Amino acid sequence: MSTVSETTHDSAVAMSAPPSSDEGLTPAERAQKYGLSQSGARPSLPQYIRELWDRRHFISAFASAKLTAQYSQAKLGQVWQVATPLLNALVYYLIFGLLIGTRNGVPDFVPFLVTGVFIFTFTQSSVMAGTRSISGNLGLVRALHFPRACLPVSFCLMQLQQLVFSMGVLMVILLGFGQLPTWSWLLVLPALALQFMFNTGLAMVMARLGAKTPDLAQLMPFIMRTWMYASGVMFSIDAILKGKHVPSFVEFLLDANPAALYIDLMRFALIDSFTLDKLPHGMWAWAWAGGWALVMGVVGFVYFWKAEERYGRG
Amino acid sequence: MAEQKNGVQPTKAAEARVPTVIADELHIVYRVYGTGAGKGGATAALNRIIRRKPSAGVREVHAVKGVSFTAYRGESIGLIGSNGSGKSTLLKAVAGLLPAERGKVYTHGQPSLLGVNAALMNDLTGEKNVILGGLAMGMSRDQVRERYDGIVDFSGINEKGDFISLPMRTYSSGMAARLRFSIAAAKDHDVLMIDEALATGDRSFQKRSEARIRELRKEAGTVFLVSHNNKSIRDTCDRVLWLERGELLMDGPTDEVIKAYEKETGK
Repeated sequence: MSTVSETTHDSAVAMSAPPSSDEGLTPAERAQKYGLSQSGARPSLPQYIRELWDRRHFISAFASAKLTAQYSQAKLGQVWQVATPLLNALVYYLIFGLLIGTRNGVPDFVPFLVTGVFIFTFTQSSVMAGTRSISGNLGLVRALHFPRACLPVSFCLMQLQQLVFSMGVLMVILLGFGQLPTWSWLLVLPALALQFMFNTGLAMVMARLGAKTPDLAQLMPFIMRTWMYASGVMFSIDAILKGKHVPSFVEFLLDANPAALYIDLMRFALIDSFTLDKLPHGMWAWAWAGGWALVMGVVGFVYFWKAEERYGRG
Repeated sequence: MAEQKNGVQPTKAAEARVPTVIADELHIVYRVYGTGAGKGGATAALNRIIRRKPSAGVREVHAVKGVSFTAYRGESIGLIGSNGSGKSTLLKAVAGLLPAERGKVYTHGQPSLLGVNAALMNDLTGEKNVILGGLAMGMSRDQVRERYDGIVDFSGINEKGDFISLPMRTYSSGMAARLRFSIAAAKDHDVLMIDEALATGDRSFQKRSEARIRELRKEAGTVFLVSHNNKSIRDTCDRVLWLERGELLMDGPTDEVIKAYEKETGK
């Protein structure tokens, strides 16, 4: 421990004398008289929301700038935008489709798999980016003043923009496997909106935790991979559990898993053979997905705001 | 601290002086992780977690110790002191970027700090940095578009070719500092703090920046300037705070404080 000085506190001598009319006022009273506000204090929640809204152009511009900068050092440049998700799906297809053969019992396996991979990747990369959004941008946080929630929100928006490219690839794959567009494809939009809200809330929770404990960035990949296997990304959970005895609380957890819900809603929207009875909770899956989005979004935002004045310390 | 001189005496015009920054008994303590004091091994770390002891790798640095001052509208205040005396830390706290351990800082509006190593977004082009920096400071899209050319011209980045469309990581430190200053100076600040940002620019850029600082003061702002160049402090500041080891040693008119400082440092 460094004990830099013990001589500190008793130096409470009034330094520059206040202007004559302010004589006798404490610094706090003078500050109030001239309408000064405390520097670095956390704004109230409505005020914070207003500040965040005022920075909406910054959030969107930051997201798209980061997205284009992502591959700016690669020779193929923006082609990776499309090639990365495509290669990702290909790897999972080789291992889980051909080698292990989980395709048994799943009709339209390739669209089923690719949808799962893309949708889970959206949540996964939002969480990962959220974890590092404060700790990885300390320079920016310490240099400029803006509501810190801009960063996790912006990184989630960037992942959403990335997903748009992936969805383009997915549409082509769907058409290639004989899925013709139907009206139900429009359900993609509300499903994505709910998932985006859920991701942002979760990313804000992770941003606060990651700002305090940078070690989390090392731990998260393992947690996310476990979550992925429990979410039925490359196999049908129903088909695997069929005929096995599972404790009811495990079954409840599997059905309530938000990542699985968003994946299955997307499959329901896009793949004809993924019918309503395959959705956990049937039509109620939408209510569950909405509930998760609302709870996570609000909880994450408030949790993040509570530590606003402490980001970038140290 | 008893020998402190009180340079800013209440004047007749006191009523007209509106404070923009009030620091009240400000203490700042840095906590630095992973300084490697003691054992950094895994077992030691586990032991600390289990015993819930603060990590031995955390060192506390008491960087600012009970500083109080009041800055007024239209003032330009220089901060001097040897390296590590707490000047930059004090400015960060005034800007609200570092929380105070004890004491408080009150400011008018949102102060902006312009530091020498305040990294903007190094992977993005200078152009993107201008736009994003402006937006982050709270300018609207139209305002940024309006002032874009002015910012680039002021920075002089494009004087030697089209550098503004290159990523910022390719800039020399002087170019990067110039661009950062130009971005921050584009906005009208109530309180602007400049941390050695001018030292890196060349002579013509320093002239431009000093002119801009005077302009900002005329627009009823308050400017803080950290510099080791006593000449640039003399040129731009009318009041100087002298910090040493986190304590305010002297606060008064520029000539008086700089004379004492130069005597002390044997210059």
